[in-house]
Parts: sequence; structure tokens; C-alpha cells
Amino acid sequence: MSSLNIGEISSLDRKREQATSTSHAIEIEVNGQPHKLEVEAREILLDTLRERLGFTGVKKSCDHGQCGACTVLLNGRRVNACLLLSVMADGDEVTTIEGLASENGDLHLVQQAFLIHDAFQCGYCTSGQIISTVGMLGEPWSNDSASLRESMSGNLCRCGAYRNIHTAVEEAKSSHQQREASTEEDFS
Amino acid sequence: MRPFQYQRAAGVREAIAKAEGCQTCSFLAGGTTVIDLVKLDVEKPEMLIDVGRLPMDTILRDEEGGLIIGANVRNSDLAWHSDVQRDYKALSEALLSGASPQLRNRATTAGNLMQRTRCPYFRDNYSPCNKREPGSDCAALAGYNRSHAVLGGSDSCIATHPSDMCVALAAFEATIRVEGPNGSRSIPFADFHLLPGDTPHLEHALEQGELITAVTLPPKRAGTASTYLKSRDRASYEFALASAAVSFGIEEGCIVEPKIALGGVATKPWRCYEAEKNLEGQVASLSVYEKAAEVALAEAEVFECNAFKVPLARNLLARALSEVEGRLARQSEVI
Repeated sequence: MSSLNIGEISSLDRKREQATSTSHAIEIEVNGQPHKLEVEAREILLDTLRERLGFTGVKKSCDHGQCGACTVLLNGRRVNACLLLSVMADGDEVTTIEGLASENGDLHLVQQAFLIHDAFQCGYCTSGQIISTVGMLGEPWSNDSASLRESMSGNLCRCGAYRNIHTAVEEAKSSHQQREASTEEDFS
Repeated sequence: MRPFQYQRAAGVREAIAKAEGCQTCSFLAGGTTVIDLVKLDVEKPEMLIDVGRLPMDTILRDEEGGLIIGANVRNSDLAWHSDVQRDYKALSEALLSGASPQLRNRATTAGNLMQRTRCPYFRDNYSPCNKREPGSDCAALAGYNRSHAVLGGSDSCIATHPSDMCVALAAFEATIRVEGPNGSRSIPFADFHLLPGDTPHLEHALEQGELITAVTLPPKRAGTASTYLKSRDRASYEFALASAAVSFGIEEGCIVEPKIALGGVATKPWRCYEAEKNLEGQVASLSVYEKAAEVALAEAEVFECNAFKVPLARNLLARALSEVEGRLARQSEVI
């Protein structure tokens, strides 16, 4: 070791990388648009979304599945994009914060609830909080306050804006249910 | 992150063939453990074999009325499944008390069985750790061992097993079905995870190339109820300091079929056979529960920072037993 200088070590590392990595052609649909790209086996979905496809609304924070800032919907379910290889998502559909509003600019009801209740301070965790809430609406959580708090425990807010986040989540849940109920009436 | 190769397996046999004879290959399904540990450089696979899309993702009833849970069933799907919520309540509660909703949407049943410890010395990739680097020593024994095991430890390792799900599976006497190069076999849950002994890097009974395909649960015994209680440093999204999965019934005032397992305090999901024997046939009462809890922790060995775990686990277990009694009373009211 002592006979090698730093430059030599990093050149060894590079050789090793070339020798042991695989490259894969993948196709993923992000917010309804298909994307074909070549990824290295170790490329993380979070990095592909941010660095290569420009979806910088997805945030990188802890990078270990502990904070929820990178939450996206994968085939409609909320997941941590930092713990997924891009190649694992080949053929999947991803929704990021950029894909929530409708084409004419109308915000998603969760986005509206966060705005109305000022459910953020610095805003860095917000896109993860909002996507996570959207995912939560598709899961069988009950309406009580404790259950809703539990349902959002995968999203940390370092500013501690939880009070307003919680209010926004409660409102999103109830407006979602009202909307579902009225849709059912329309069909009955 | 270090480079590695990736292959998506087209079938169970293909996955096994790829892994056979490859010491540095790992199976990959949800990725919530493996990718985390590769990022930390604690795991160094040369190839990840993705089995996450293999059709092992159903929950079925077997002929006897037990449950067959596919290896790829996601933790959230298992937790919310109506049969699990009705007949194996402790399993549903254990799953919902673990990780976060996002992680549970990815994490699989088999992956949860294969979870690695959260011991900070194992994860820091710097301290001596016999589990990560055999023979390098254990930094936890004389270190900050507040989160460590009081049961099942050795001079080599006192890392706790982190899973909640596994504690419930231990109490329900699950069986693990595996496929390997030499065909299929079933492993009783109690034999699946290994005690650290002198070889803490060996954590499970799987042989090279063996793939978990399903976990089976025996039929629920009529008239029993179950619960999972967990104590931790914050109210949600945290590993257990102590947890208990408990199931039993009461017939003519006496306890039948008691099953107890502890989590957060042991080096593997910890089945409490002696405490169960202590409960069997007893007239249900708080003092009987307290006695059983004392028996469950009788062999505990504490270290500098984790002595609090013994009374914590004892009280938690007594409370879990009382909770089941309450559930049984409410069940009989409904009937």
C-alpha cells in the first residue's frame, strides 16, 4: 500500500470498475412520458431522475431510505427512489412531483392542501411529503389523527413543520374521500 | 458505490443456477437492505441477481387452512391482507410497526427474513466487527451497547436481529420453503436464523444458491388471539428496543397453546419455550404473566449500557399477555 500513491490507487479502482460493472438498456415512463436510456448496474433511480432526466423536484437528502425526501410513486405506490437501482425499474411507471398537476396547471388536491395550510418551512422535504401523501391516499389508512400521523412517518421535516403538514394531510384525506364518494354517486 | 453486475432472473431455476457456486452473488428483490448496505460498502457483491419480479407474490390458503406467503409478497401487502389481519393479528401489527410505508411497499417477505443487524459498529465499516470481518473483534462488547442483545449473544457478537416480522413468525411457528441446486426443502422457523457463537458472519441456514420461495403459517388454532407490542426510542419508524409477539387461548379459565417470541433483545428472533411451559394450563392472571415474563428473561446477560432492556422486555411481555387476554374477552363478547 505504501508504495502506491493516490493516483495509482484511483487508476486501480477505475480498472476494477471497468472490469466488474454491467450496462443495461432500460425504458421507464416518467409522468406519462417514456424514456429510453443506458444505465450502469449501480445507477440509482434517484440519480437517474435528477441528473439525467431533469426531474429535480425529487430531492436527495439522507440517501439511505431514512428521510423520505426522494419519495416517488412507482407503479402508483410510494417508494424511496434512493434505494432502487434504475435497472430494477425497467418497464415501470414513475410519478414525481412534476407529474401531479394537470396539464392545464390545476394543482393536485394534495398540492392545494399543502399551499392552503402553509405546510412547509424551507421546502426541501415538501415534494417528498406531497408525493407520499398521494401514495397514502391509495392505502387503507383510517381517518383518525394518530393513524394519519403514523401513515406519514416515513417523511422527515428538519424544520419541524409537522403541525401544518399534518393539517394538510388530514384535509387532503377528507377531500379525497369526498371526491371518491361523489364519483361513486355519479355512477350509481 | 462500488460497481457490480446485475442480472434479472427469468425464473426460480435460472436464479438458482446463476447463484450456485458464486460466493459473491446476492439475490435482490425489494433492495431496501442490499442497496443500503452496498452504498455503505458493508456488502460487496460482484453480482446482484434480481428475483423481485418472479411470480412468488401471492398469499394463498393451504388445504389445512394455513397460509402460504410468497417470498416476494411486499410487507405492506402482507400487513393489510384481510386473512392476516383476522387470523395472524400479531404478524400484521409487527409489519406495520416496522420501517416506513415507503419501505414496506418495497420490502419483501424473504428480504425481511434476510435483514442484517442495525448494530452501528457493523454498519460503520470502520470499527472491528466479527460479523462484517470475521476475526476482527467486536466493538460493541466494550462499546456503546445500549441497543444490543441481552439474550443469545456470545464473546464474538451481541448484535440484535432487527426484524419485527420475524418475531411474529417465530411465535406463529412459520416454516420457510426454499429451492436450491438440490431441490426444495422446508426449514422450521426456529432453525432458520443462527446464533452468533464463534461465527457471527453466518446468520441463516441457507446453503449456497438456495432461494427462499415462500413462508408458510400453520392454521390459526380456534379460540386464540395474538398481539405484537414494541417499545422504541420514538413513536414510529424506529427499531425495537424490546418487542413481544404473543398468542394464546383461554379454555375454562386456563391458558392453552401459549406462544411467545421476543424481539430487540436477542441475536435472533427469540422464542421463549420455558415461559410458554410456565403459562400452559395456568389460570390466566397478571401474576402468571409476570412470572412467565420473568422466566423469559431469566438467562439475560447485560452489558454496560443495556441493562434497562431486561425490565423493559419483562414488562412489555407481561403487558402483551394481558392484551391478548383482553382481546380474547372482546372476541367472546362478539360471539
